[in-house]
Amino acid sequence: MTDIFDIYLLEAIVNGILLGGVLALLALGLNLIFGVIDVTWICYAELVMIGMYGMYYLVQYFGLPYYAAAPLTILLVAALGALLHLLVIAPLLSAPPINQLLATGGVLFVLQSFATVAFGIDFRNLGIRLPVLQFADMHFSYSRLLAFAAALIGMVLVYLFMTRTYVGTAIRAISQDRQIMALMGVDTRRIYLITSALGGALAGLASCLLVLQYDIHPFVGLSFGPITFLICVLGGLGNFVGGFVAAFVFAEIISLGGLFSDLEWGYVLAFAFFIVMMFIRPAGLLARRS
Amino acid sequence: MTARQSVPWIAGAALIALPFVYRDAYHLHILILILIWSFAYTSWSMMGRFGLVSLGHGGFMGVGAYVTALLWNHLGVSPWLGIPVAMAAAAVLAVIVAYPCFRFRITGHYFVLVTLALSGIVLQVITATRDYTGGSLGYTPDRTKGSHLLALQFDDKVTWYLIALGVWALGLVVWRWVDGSMDRYALEAISEDEDAAAAAGVNVTWEKLKITVISALMTSLAGALYCQYQMFISPDTVSGISVSLQMVFAVIVGGLYVSLGPTVGAVITIMLAEVLRIGFGTKAVGWDNLVYGVLLVVFIIFLPKGILGSIIERLKAQPKP
Repeated sequence: MTDIFDIYLLEAIVNGILLGGVLALLALGLNLIFGVIDVTWICYAELVMIGMYGMYYLVQYFGLPYYAAAPLTILLVAALGALLHLLVIAPLLSAPPINQLLATGGVLFVLQSFATVAFGIDFRNLGIRLPVLQFADMHFSYSRLLAFAAALIGMVLVYLFMTRTYVGTAIRAISQDRQIMALMGVDTRRIYLITSALGGALAGLASCLLVLQYDIHPFVGLSFGPITFLICVLGGLGNFVGGFVAAFVFAEIISLGGLFSDLEWGYVLAFAFFIVMMFIRPAGLLARRS
Repeated sequence: MTARQSVPWIAGAALIALPFVYRDAYHLHILILILIWSFAYTSWSMMGRFGLVSLGHGGFMGVGAYVTALLWNHLGVSPWLGIPVAMAAAAVLAVIVAYPCFRFRITGHYFVLVTLALSGIVLQVITATRDYTGGSLGYTPDRTKGSHLLALQFDDKVTWYLIALGVWALGLVVWRWVDGSMDRYALEAISEDEDAAAAAGVNVTWEKLKITVISALMTSLAGALYCQYQMFISPDTVSGISVSLQMVFAVIVGGLYVSLGPTVGAVITIMLAEVLRIGFGTKAVGWDNLVYGVLLVVFIIFLPKGILGSIIERLKAQPKP
């Protein structure tokens, strides 16, 4: 009896790590936007949802292979991110932060209902079923393994971009001091636009990976959107490393909570853990206490 | 009494008299919904006007609705007792979440996201305890035959209209009471600068906690009323993030800083949804939210004071003849 139990436990732990990879990718995109532009995109998961529909139509209607559709989707969502910045965030840059937050809440409504109107509320899926890997009596789906690997590669690429290129350096500099960088001759508007596109591209990558695991419907964003915000806050908004760690902590809680009871209780545990942690470490997991 | 002072009394009398003169069931139904949601939106704006933007009010509303209905169905407790219990439960929940928030000075984005977690928890708990709450399929309080005072179930719309009108008026009274109290100045000072307010002798945590509990009590009452009137609740209609966002949206459109702003917001949003529903039928699914969303963004960018707020400001700005 104990042996079987341990196998399930191990499987849940590994699946938690695999889930953590994608959550970390989502959190990275959101943290990037927050760290640089000081705005929370409440509608971030809805960008992912649009990307998933993009994948669906490219693969199902235009008959593109998965690996050809993925870059197109990433570009599409990156363009969407840039558009969101130009249309909604840019006019509100000097408004109170709460207004920016609520405006992106409005975009959430727009994207959800746009998907409802344009694509209908039917559940769709890509029709690609990847095999399941069997290893020592444990089952892991290839779609999760692929998602984990791709998410890690995506994060490494972003890291290299941020540390090795001029634009990346400028982005990091702006997140440290918004006013001074404009005086140093950096075009902040251009950097903001690039950052938004980059945040969109990360959402696009996430949508390519999540489309393999989730059915697509207009409200799919709600199943991983809220958890992404909590991860970012738990890691400290704008703190990339904190977000990365928090993603795995959360994924483990959900995965292990789901093992002992329903998946919903995993989420309840994760939410409750979040609220308790907010009181113990209000500025994020890795923040030093002042 | 001047003409200006008598306006609210005349309007109130006209609203009370309305169902006895005009009793079209459908129009009364719309009016009742507008009144109940106006009350809920007013409750939200009690906090929102002081910069305490909460996305957890969907949670308070869900507690109000579900606790009342569960007590009635499982234990046979009359809503007359169940509603106060539900309101107390929401208040306790508000204190548990809000006290540490205020004590440890979690403000701005962080406060919004903590309250977002709260409405997420309530939604997931309702879904997870599906053996008792019916999960995402929704929940119906047991019916008694005909109108029944003890069960707070009435068949005729006129009774419901008068109840909703009374509660709505109560909401406005509370709004005015806060507006005229010293707490309002304390809270306005806090929303401008917490440190300065604390230095000036304002008990920041206590003041914020008071307004949060008042707001949570009112919101849960709105949830319980909605449940008793509609006789059907589901996690998506009374709890969760979309309900919270819907409250924020209506208040922003109507006007956050004026007492009738949330009511104007409720009139606009519910009328919009109904017009679209009648005009487009089942094709309208999604269109109302699409229009809402676009309006919300446009309003925040161009008219952050809301419709009523902007009109009042313009009237005040005009030079007196």
